[in-house]
Amino acid sequence: MSGRHLPHDSGGVGKHIVILGGGTSGTMTANRLCRTYDQRECRITVVDQNDDHLYHPGLLFVPFGLAQPDHLVRPRPRQLNAAVDYKQARIERVDLDARIVHLAGGIRLTYDVLVVATGATLLPQETEGLTGTGWGDKVFTFYDLPGAVGLHDALERFEGGRLVVDVADLPLKCPVAPLEFAFLADWYFRRRGIRDRVELTYATPLDGAFTKPVAAKALGGLLKDKGIELVTEFTLGEVDGERGRLVSYDEREVPFDLAVVVPLHGGAEYVERSEGLGDELGFVPVDPHTLQLPGRPEVFAIGDAAGLPASKAGSVAHFEGEVLVRNIVRHLAGQPLDAFFDGHANCFVETGFHKALLIDFNYDTEPLPGHFPGPVGLPLMKESHAAHLGKLAFEWLYWHSLLPGRELPGIGTAMPERGKHHVSA
Amino acid sequence: MPTATYNNTDIPVDDEGFFTDPARWTEPMAEQIAKETGIDTLTDRHWVVIRFMREQYAAKGTGPTVRVLGKTSGVSVKELYQLFPKGPAKTAAKIAGIPKPRGCI
Repeated sequence: MSGRHLPHDSGGVGKHIVILGGGTSGTMTANRLCRTYDQRECRITVVDQNDDHLYHPGLLFVPFGLAQPDHLVRPRPRQLNAAVDYKQARIERVDLDARIVHLAGGIRLTYDVLVVATGATLLPQETEGLTGTGWGDKVFTFYDLPGAVGLHDALERFEGGRLVVDVADLPLKCPVAPLEFAFLADWYFRRRGIRDRVELTYATPLDGAFTKPVAAKALGGLLKDKGIELVTEFTLGEVDGERGRLVSYDEREVPFDLAVVVPLHGGAEYVERSEGLGDELGFVPVDPHTLQLPGRPEVFAIGDAAGLPASKAGSVAHFEGEVLVRNIVRHLAGQPLDAFFDGHANCFVETGFHKALLIDFNYDTEPLPGHFPGPVGLPLMKESHAAHLGKLAFEWLYWHSLLPGRELPGIGTAMPERGKHHVSA
Repeated sequence: MPTATYNNTDIPVDDEGFFTDPARWTEPMAEQIAKETGIDTLTDRHWVVIRFMREQYAAKGTGPTVRVLGKTSGVSVKELYQLFPKGPAKTAAKIAGIPKPRGCI
């Protein structure tokens, strides 16, 4: 990583870096850049449409009364280095040829480097019937704060019947979160003493509990142990709230009394209005290793906004961050990019009963058993109390270490191989 | 590596029967692969999807998902499931002789 004191020909002098989005990716990118460039050298602007920075991993716990909604939100500007120019405004569109971002109210920002970090947007209205009868009553999502709060009330009222957790389609943020929800629901109903009156079902468009074979087997085994029925290759076509059933495109039905649906995801709306910026779903198709947009060397994307074959997860954004900042510096200095992202992702999977399971993988290596980050470390792919404590400790690290753009001790950008056992599913 | 025989030619395929080398595919092979997946006759609408799959693979290195197919191929998701009832993205990829589309998580 480049230090703060760059030589005078760093290429950053008089330049303007505009970061769209003040969430996990945008905030940590801005803060890392502030430590790389002197404030007098290079201007850094962050734009977001609202001031609320939500700790997304906390949403999983809200429905079960394990997290307080108001503790999950903090002001965006407060998470940013004082040298960052923060603007709260709606983004209208980006003109890639003119290198201008158009904001609401006729404001124009010209940039030398653009970083797209506006994440993924939930699109419940794109699934037939999902926001119709029953939405907010017996059909919910926990992927936003109002949904998670509403679901908390619905779970407290729930005295028995069929609860279905459904992933509408890929891609989705934090692909393990719906599994965690199912595991925690099992724990929650046992604690309330009504587990025998609840049928739990997990429906997914995948052909197993997870994409990668070894993890799919381990997580599928956990579903079975907890008595949760697994319905695979179920791509949600319609929600029939009136009759209480989910219908797949191939016309299979899963009945429910309470449905927890992860809606379709797309990129931010302005991406679609910006010619040449996004793919069919509104994600930015950057190079998977350099994070630079082909044909537009001054445009980069990071985190959920990037259209990569990697997980849409905070850990991925963190690992991408170091690569991104180094490549921006080299781009502005007129040097070839030399930092490469390997698709590294790392997730604590909460499994209930104060246990969790850690998985670690990248573009080429599926999640494997062993220990992380080396032979002495947290167990991988195996439930442990230590991993649960790790998940809880992560919230503090998020606000105090991850967002400020600091390295996490002992955890590098590239996926560690030491400590892993190569096995087959 | 397993092989399959289409149009009197031995073709390397993966464990699930997807082509590992799309260059080995020829149009006459499609009917035979389709029959193996339970589709007796390939209509013009099937062929719209099959050709689209090959174009997308050539451009992007992976076959599209059902959702992207529905948005971009000119065939709606509902119709895609009518044409390829056992899962449009996978079945059409197999018939089009391209590798299994990558899951994105």
